[in-house]
Amino acid sequence: MSDAELKHISEDYRWGFADDVEPDVKLKGLNAEVVRAISRLKGEPQWLLDFRLKSLEIYFEKPWPTWGPDLSELRRQMDDFYYYVKPPTQQDARSWDDVPEEIRRTYEKLGIPEAEQKVLAGVGAQYDSEMVYHSIKEELGKQGVIFKSIEDGVKEHEELFRRYFSKVVPPTDNKFAALNSALFSGGSFVYVPPGVEVEVPLQAYFRVNTEGFGQFERTLIILDKGAKAHYIEGCTAPIYTSEALHTGVIEIIVMDGAESRYTTIQNWPVNMYNLVTQRALVHENAYHMWLDGNLGSKVTMKYPSSVLKGRGAKSEILSIAFAGDGQHLDTGGKLIFMNPDASGSIISKSISKGEGRSSYRGLVKVAPAAERAKVNVECDALLVNENSKTDTYPYMEIANETASVGHEATVSRLADDQIFYLTTRGIPEDEAAALIVRGFIEPVAKELPLEFAVELNRLIELEMEGSVG
Amino acid sequence: MANKLEIRDLWAEIDGSPILKGVDLVVPQGEVHALMGPNGAGKSTLGRVIAGDPSYQVTEGEVLLDGENILQLKPDERARKGLFLAFQYPLEVPGVTIANFLRLALQQRFGREVPLSEFYNKLQKAIEVLEWDESYVTRYLNEGFSGGEKKRNEVLQLMVLEPKYAILDETDSGLDIDALKVVSKGVNAMRGPEFAALVITHYQRLLNYIVPDVVHVMVDGRVVKTGGKDLALELEERGYDWLKAEVGA
Ligand SMILES: Nc1ncnc2c1ncn2[C@@H]1O[C@H](COP(=O)(O)OP(=O)(O)O)[C@@H](O)[C@H]1O
Ligand SMILES: [Mg+2]
Repeated sequence: MSDAELKHISEDYRWGFADDVEPDVKLKGLNAEVVRAISRLKGEPQWLLDFRLKSLEIYFEKPWPTWGPDLSELRRQMDDFYYYVKPPTQQDARSWDDVPEEIRRTYEKLGIPEAEQKVLAGVGAQYDSEMVYHSIKEELGKQGVIFKSIEDGVKEHEELFRRYFSKVVPPTDNKFAALNSALFSGGSFVYVPPGVEVEVPLQAYFRVNTEGFGQFERTLIILDKGAKAHYIEGCTAPIYTSEALHTGVIEIIVMDGAESRYTTIQNWPVNMYNLVTQRALVHENAYHMWLDGNLGSKVTMKYPSSVLKGRGAKSEILSIAFAGDGQHLDTGGKLIFMNPDASGSIISKSISKGEGRSSYRGLVKVAPAAERAKVNVECDALLVNENSKTDTYPYMEIANETASVGHEATVSRLADDQIFYLTTRGIPEDEAAALIVRGFIEPVAKELPLEFAVELNRLIELEMEGSVG
Repeated sequence: MANKLEIRDLWAEIDGSPILKGVDLVVPQGEVHALMGPNGAGKSTLGRVIAGDPSYQVTEGEVLLDGENILQLKPDERARKGLFLAFQYPLEVPGVTIANFLRLALQQRFGREVPLSEFYNKLQKAIEVLEWDESYVTRYLNEGFSGGEKKRNEVLQLMVLEPKYAILDETDSGLDIDALKVVSKGVNAMRGPEFAALVITHYQRLLNYIVPDVVHVMVDGRVVKTGGKDLALELEERGYDWLKAEVGA
């Protein structure tokens, strides 16, 4: 990235500030030594170290993807990243007072403690490689809800952790899942006991501060029978000239009759490679929603998937992608039907602006045993400018003829006439464009909690400034 | 100050072919004028050029709003000065409710935060006059609306945004007689010393309900005749050909 480009970007991106925080530990390079060091620093059990080392081997064995966005630049830099950066704090604090001041101020700028007070049931905050803060409302703790860092999950609930960890997303799933399995650090461990309903969302916030860094958080969420919870993830980073990498793995187990939601508002700066694997295993009559909002990053590859394992399982995958200049967002979703009477839908809304490119990539798979599967896929693309690009890759593998499958795809352009119409009502051009974009994503955005919908609208307004006319 | 909408020798073209060829027209505040003329005369173009449609190039002339030339202003700036165009073909904006859109527009129109209660009062009144169902305001702007519903929605916007000068482009077309009456009631409710309208129509029918002070006739990009409301009746009877012959078009 040139300095001029960088300047332009940093003017548009409000979260691009960096903190002057000296890390305790910085580990560079991709090899078994670094993996061992991470495990040692965390004081992990042997089985987990073995798992990491095995995963690293799988990573090296697996070829780079030959489809999707161009990763060649990333590939050249794989030896140069810092793969573990420990912030100067000893613990995953339970109180903001115990978080080092400089780091705490960053989260204050991001509005996290304030949101925690007002609208959240709990907050987890990750800074580079480690969680620095985790807290839930007292009454939830009393009901047996666990919301901790992944490290504390291993330490304090090893048996539960081990029973589910890597069962939904094994390291063999894909190259980047393997990479995460070798290097993972931070992320949340969530357990909601049977029948407990967490009505307001839990939020995790991922912040990158170090230049040339790879963040590999790992999240494991278990909703026991009839439980209910909504987990929200947000992410930002400073703007640096060099590329950065974020490779998360999220595994969710939704047991019989449970109801879960996972919402992402990703707003990385445009030097970030964001390669995330997230999958939910949905049991009998359970429900899971993925709501995936991707605004930032240089490249995003992310296809939230739901495996409808139980009879009558349901899932909705809603995604929004906003690709501006120099961005390629390759997103979508996967629905796998395993047993009878399951239903699911994928609704994808993508916006491409300037020279941005957004791709929809989706898979619907109906196994022979999945009688009467019901699935609907809708992907809509909106192109803002002449050179904006979009493409779709919908894959369907239907092995049961009782399945009812709907598929619809549209591509539209931001119409000058629509903008003129709105401007004749006194609405300035940029705002008119933003309004049309907001309307376009409304079917997805209306599922967001109010505060996040407002935030998303604001982000879109910023993105649309100067985009037309 | 000259309280009027004045068009002086206005020329406009699209892709090099002229459509407006020297339009002269004055609509003083407090009056309602009709603009009639055959298909393709340039009536809609005139409306859109006055409102600031950037796809037309103005090559000559002036559009004066209360004495100020507004041709350099953007459409939204013109709207904030009190100009309004009811579209011949209103556009659909999916996902944006009429209520949200109109409140935003209203705040822009008057340059201040408009409290929800004040907004709903206005909206409520307009809906009543237009004998519309309140549930419409939670629907997406014109999405899936019939032609008649779109026209009614244009008048709803007119009533809420309270412009000083409104141009209504064939707001009557596609309306049955009942809808026509209701829409006319909406426009008539706006009439007063601080409101002026230019009502573009093909048919004298509308003018039975919105009675104009003055009637202009446009042929081939120019206003070729101006008269009282009887002119509309005459046009209805005789058509436009005699006028075309008269002006040599
Ligand atoms: N956007 C446009 N592109 C090309 N031609 C146009 C455009 N707008 C208007 N015209 C042409 O200008 C002439 C006048 O059109 P219009 O203003 O719609 O007439 P009216 O409203 O009086 O029927 C017609 O010949 C029409 O084809
Ligand atoms: Mg017309």
